[in-house]
Amino acid sequence: MTDQSYNFAYLDEQTKRMIRRAILKAVAVPGYQVPFASREMPMPYGWGTGGVQVTAACLMPEDVLKVIDQGADDTTNAVSIRKFFQRTAGVATTEATSEATIIQTRHRIPEQALTAGQILVYQVPIPEPLRFLEPRETETRKMHSLEEYGLMHVKLYEDIARHGSIATAYAYPVKVEGRYVMDPSPIPKFDNPKLSDSPALQLFGAGREQRIYAVPPFTRVVSLDFDDHPFDPSKAPHDCDLCGASESYLDEVITDDSGGRMFVCSDTDFCRTRREAGHAGRLGEAQFSSKKIANSFEGICPPTGDEA
Amino acid sequence: MYVAVKGGERAIDNAHAFLAEERRGDPAIPELGTAQIREQLRLSVNRVMAEGSLYDPDLAALGIKQSRGDLIEAVFLIRAYRTTLPRFGASRPVDTGKMTCTRRISATFKDAPGGQILGPTFDYTHRLLDFKLLADGQTPPAAATAPANESPLPHITGFLDRDGLIQPETGNAETPPDLTREPMELPAPRALRLQALTRGDEGFILSLAYSTQRGYGRTHAFVGELRIGTVAVEMEIPELGFAVEVGEIELTECETVNQFTGSKTEPPQFTRGYGLTFGQTERKAIAMSLVDRALRWRELGEDDTGAPAQDEEFVLMHADNVQATGFLEHIKLPHYVDFQSELELIRKLRTEAIAARTEAAE
Repeated sequence: MTDQSYNFAYLDEQTKRMIRRAILKAVAVPGYQVPFASREMPMPYGWGTGGVQVTAACLMPEDVLKVIDQGADDTTNAVSIRKFFQRTAGVATTEATSEATIIQTRHRIPEQALTAGQILVYQVPIPEPLRFLEPRETETRKMHSLEEYGLMHVKLYEDIARHGSIATAYAYPVKVEGRYVMDPSPIPKFDNPKLSDSPALQLFGAGREQRIYAVPPFTRVVSLDFDDHPFDPSKAPHDCDLCGASESYLDEVITDDSGGRMFVCSDTDFCRTRREAGHAGRLGEAQFSSKKIANSFEGICPPTGDEA
Repeated sequence: MYVAVKGGERAIDNAHAFLAEERRGDPAIPELGTAQIREQLRLSVNRVMAEGSLYDPDLAALGIKQSRGDLIEAVFLIRAYRTTLPRFGASRPVDTGKMTCTRRISATFKDAPGGQILGPTFDYTHRLLDFKLLADGQTPPAAATAPANESPLPHITGFLDRDGLIQPETGNAETPPDLTREPMELPAPRALRLQALTRGDEGFILSLAYSTQRGYGRTHAFVGELRIGTVAVEMEIPELGFAVEVGEIELTECETVNQFTGSKTEPPQFTRGYGLTFGQTERKAIAMSLVDRALRWRELGEDDTGAPAQDEEFVLMHADNVQATGFLEHIKLPHYVDFQSELELIRKLRTEAIAARTEAAE
């Protein structure tokens, strides 16, 4: 069902053209933050307005859209954004990473490797990797243009001096194609290696901060580190309790009030696909235990009844 | 599947239904009409129009009703609507010198051509709750009216200008940048700063202006003139070859006169701050003119004292309440992926720190 009172994918064509021009510039200069005239969207700043505008500018009627938040297709904001495009663009949607042509994400990169032709759109709160070292935009733009990244290395060095390792767990800074230092959005550093040499186009939209940037396909993206303190994409030292995966990023779920907890894949599509293929984790009968836990949350959020 | 947030879709639908019910309140109480809001909560309507950057009292009233009286939420509704509207063209600059004033006061001259017009103001009311309004209100008796003043009211700063006592405001033929169509780039020309200030949050602009009065970037302001009234909006129609009036809007305009003893580049003279807002929104217009003046330190050759109100980037990047409230409130969205990575980091650092301490103790 498409809402006829708005243009396809909500934004008017002039605005989409303006955004596409910014995207083209971003693709041409990987990692460079291109200013764009971000519009007020019908969802608040901070809810993914940058990503929504980039998605709106890229969407074609034949696209298949997937929206995830924290890796999950069914978190409230992912549901809300997916519904928005169903309503304003009438495009097909999917939860399967491999079926999607455009994936809008907040805070994760899907576990399944992306393929050529796919576009991954990131929602970005603070696009400037140097922001917490230098609050002024006028200064940080100068630092980027002069490739003056000493401050960032000093920060990482101080982390090592104080803590023995780099104390950044998410939004871990990267260098793109040997030139621009870039904020990969608040993905866990576990996801950083997936940024590099991906066959998919990666676009980053920051609505409130009015910036778009890009990592074109097969672009080298290196997480900042030192020779004697190499980058470590760590994750919880567990396997998924539902599907048994050892290589996926895990969420920690508190299951009772006496310290009981379980670790489960943050990427819900990845986890479901594995369980459907017959994999099972520590909590053995995955179907059974998942039901039990879902029930314990019923008071907060009623299940939709499709927990197959 | 297991995830606690599974069922997000149903939760959202139910939450929206609950919200609609709460918005309506007790159905035994008659529903509030948008015409009532437009007429009787006019100052709320004005604020929503000013910060929403859209002059439409009916839509602003609708926004207030829909947002349950949350004015920032109403501003957001108006902004999100406004951004979808096509642009037919630009009006000619409005001539506030030809304003039909309902209020016009000067703090710098006891009297001036055109006179002082007090108008509908709270200024000299005693702030005593009027319990008569608790009962069913009756229509107040009509206020006395004076014959309409047909002659235009000259700007008071014009008198100082004529004597060369105030810094002249030179015209500029450049088309001002449009904040809503181009990304903000700094340093910003004054036209862009004024746009950001007029749609900025009233509370934020008020506090910044107040801080300049208390010494953080002091600019010694007097209200040279505050005028409120309606002006005609005219537009050039290329096919006709002349301008036609397309409507009337109510504006508040404030010009401050600021004491200035001169700087390295400028002689001693009075300087100006300027505020212009939709509707009767005089607190905002006055505050805006103080902040405008504080931001002009560079052009007047003053020193940057490091005061927040002098810091263009600080003021302009934080004045917008729709942006601010969005980013502030987004921290209630799920962040458990980030939090998980922080958890792992803290656990790792703790293990290392505790191990190091144990080792030292041995």
